[in-house]
Amino acid sequence: MRMMATGNKAVAEAVRQAKPAVVAAYPITPQTEIVETIASFVSEGSMESQYIPVESEHSAMAACIGASVTGVRTFTATSSHGLLYMHEMLHWAAGARLPVVMANVNRALGPGWNIWAEHTDAFSQRDTGWLQVYVSTVQEAYDATLMAFRIAEHGDVLLPVMVNLDGFSLSHINQPFEKVELGDFIPDMRLPHAIDTANPRGYGPLTGPEEFYRFRWDIERSMRNARAVIEETEREFAERFGRSYGWTEEYRVEDADVVIVAMGTLGKEAEVAVDRLREEGVKAGSIRIRWFRPFAPLDLGGRDAVVIDRDYSFGFGGVLARSIRSTTGTAPYSVIAGLGGQEVTYEDMAGFVRERRPGEELWFGVNSHV
Amino acid sequence: MAEIPKEEYIFKCTSACAGCSSTLCLRYVLKAAGPDTVLIVPACCTSVIQGIYPRTAMNIPVYNIAFAAAAACASGMSSAYRAAGKKTNVIVYAGDGGTVDIGLQALSGAFERETDFLYICYDNEAYGNTGMQRSGSTPLGALTTTTPGGKIHKKKDIDGIVAAHSPPYMATACSAYPLDLYKKVQKALSIRGPTFIHILAPCPPGWRFPADKTIEMGKLAVKSGMWILWEREHGRLTVSGPSRAAMKNPAPLESYLKAQGRFRGLDAATADALQQQVQENIRRIRCEVEEPCA
Ligand SMILES: Cc1ncc(C[n+]2csc(CCOP(=O)(O)OP(=O)(O)O)c2C)c(N)n1
Ligand code: SF4
Repeated sequence: MRMMATGNKAVAEAVRQAKPAVVAAYPITPQTEIVETIASFVSEGSMESQYIPVESEHSAMAACIGASVTGVRTFTATSSHGLLYMHEMLHWAAGARLPVVMANVNRALGPGWNIWAEHTDAFSQRDTGWLQVYVSTVQEAYDATLMAFRIAEHGDVLLPVMVNLDGFSLSHINQPFEKVELGDFIPDMRLPHAIDTANPRGYGPLTGPEEFYRFRWDIERSMRNARAVIEETEREFAERFGRSYGWTEEYRVEDADVVIVAMGTLGKEAEVAVDRLREEGVKAGSIRIRWFRPFAPLDLGGRDAVVIDRDYSFGFGGVLARSIRSTTGTAPYSVIAGLGGQEVTYEDMAGFVRERRPGEELWFGVNSHV
Repeated sequence: MAEIPKEEYIFKCTSACAGCSSTLCLRYVLKAAGPDTVLIVPACCTSVIQGIYPRTAMNIPVYNIAFAAAAACASGMSSAYRAAGKKTNVIVYAGDGGTVDIGLQALSGAFERETDFLYICYDNEAYGNTGMQRSGSTPLGALTTTTPGGKIHKKKDIDGIVAAHSPPYMATACSAYPLDLYKKVQKALSIRGPTFIHILAPCPPGWRFPADKTIEMGKLAVKSGMWILWEREHGRLTVSGPSRAAMKNPAPLESYLKAQGRFRGLDAATADALQQQVQENIRRIRCEVEEPCA
């Protein structure tokens, strides 16, 4: 069925179809529409979940954890300061191997209150053991949310998954999208370590140095397993519903000399910049990174890369650019652009490519050579 | 005592300090709750007492959770059990720090949402786990490692805060009166919705008294009126047996204060303020029980 919706509404629609037993959430702009929509589904009876309107994000994740460990499907959504307030509990969810699914609407962090898109909120959760996928259209937000439940709950993974969508530029944009007949695409959740009072065990007790690292290694092993599960899930999604995504979305890369690498909606906008550059005879392409954890495998084939970071690690550099540098061995032109919703047009992006300086860093709107 | 089950849910030889009364209380709590129970434990002494992976000192599932998160975790668990149509008891067993300080927001939220669970705060009046720092529940004048000159603020009234949420059942208890505690836990678990039991749990290293005096210390607290045992059912307050005599004729507070190293060096004005607090607490409770109030 085709319908029009915002990114937020599409996520809520996917959650309704996935039928979590428990949704616990707290509102924050620009995510609020997701939890409001789910609350109204529950209230009108079109969704059978227990909806827990908690008093904070820390509690939202704690409630999802408490529910998930009994073996039922759970969902929450947040953004920005909400995600940071949850940070402690993100480690608890992943460490307890609970397949909680969360939508995070990417937004900048204060001070300087700013409600617009930036990836620093989610990137700050990089090492919590959550899988992270970044989407760029309403359709993809919907599809990725459905797939997130299946990936998180897969027996070889059992780790939480965060679906990231850019604040406003996707969360509040109306686009047409196609709803699927889900059928048995997401199997019933089976948690091997679900709490069972007939078989009492301790969950998360004190763990000494001789054992602790094994649990950490187990998380990493599951992250590695997740690669195959992600591929299998996307393959089956494509077979059933006809849409496929992959680790990265590539556009006119084959014969390109230079590629723009970006994430989220800027990754989509880059395709327009590529067309513009091609008209001028510049052999450009673009690569949109979808999976940040586990990190998308990337082969730049020796091409120049212009990497756009909608984030910054102070005292270090753009997180994406540095990640690409360390995984591909290339020295990309690192562009810091789009922070806190700063406008970056395809024209601007084309400019980054034309004036690229491999190995250097540009703060869009700050450095003199822009 | 014949009616208390023989089943043990805490095995012998835990890592609790000698004379730990909160562990004693937990033993009775679990006996009252029975095997179809999940215990949620935030960071506190109890998270240590249960033992080190892969062993456990508990014959019941124990879910450890972050310091601030216990009541919210219980909300999720309780909702999941409701969704699955199960009747499993969800009990939070948290220290005073995890209740009156860092966990207060989650506690308030869970009570406001009428989560079906029992929240038990065992109150050793300090952060035991991290080595006896003050908590909001530490009484005026008590020495802790972060109030080396004696606490200058009075004990936070968590019961008043919880009562303001109008739970269907709440009670106080003390480790020196385990049968009273046992009955209160049973009653709390028989009632739907959020219930709360606040247990005074004397702590030998924290309060600085000999480990064999734990029960005596609890009795002194109750007899002096420093700790009053009561139940509040749907708002109606009743004083429990052991506190009735103390309400009429409290033992001198000095006997309680003198028995503990943490009140060493208490000046006369502070001792007087503590005495006044006791009188005020007795007056407030008497007033409420014997309405109309004089
Ligand atoms: C966010 C956070 N801050 C601090 C700590 C350290 N910490 C662990 S237990 C504890 C004190 C617990 O005191 P209380 O709740 O009174 O229980 P008790 O240890 O006395 O049993 C503290 C400060 C923590 N685990 N998490
Ligand atoms: S510090 Fe106090 S409460 Fe903690 S285990 Fe020791 S005696 Fe028990």
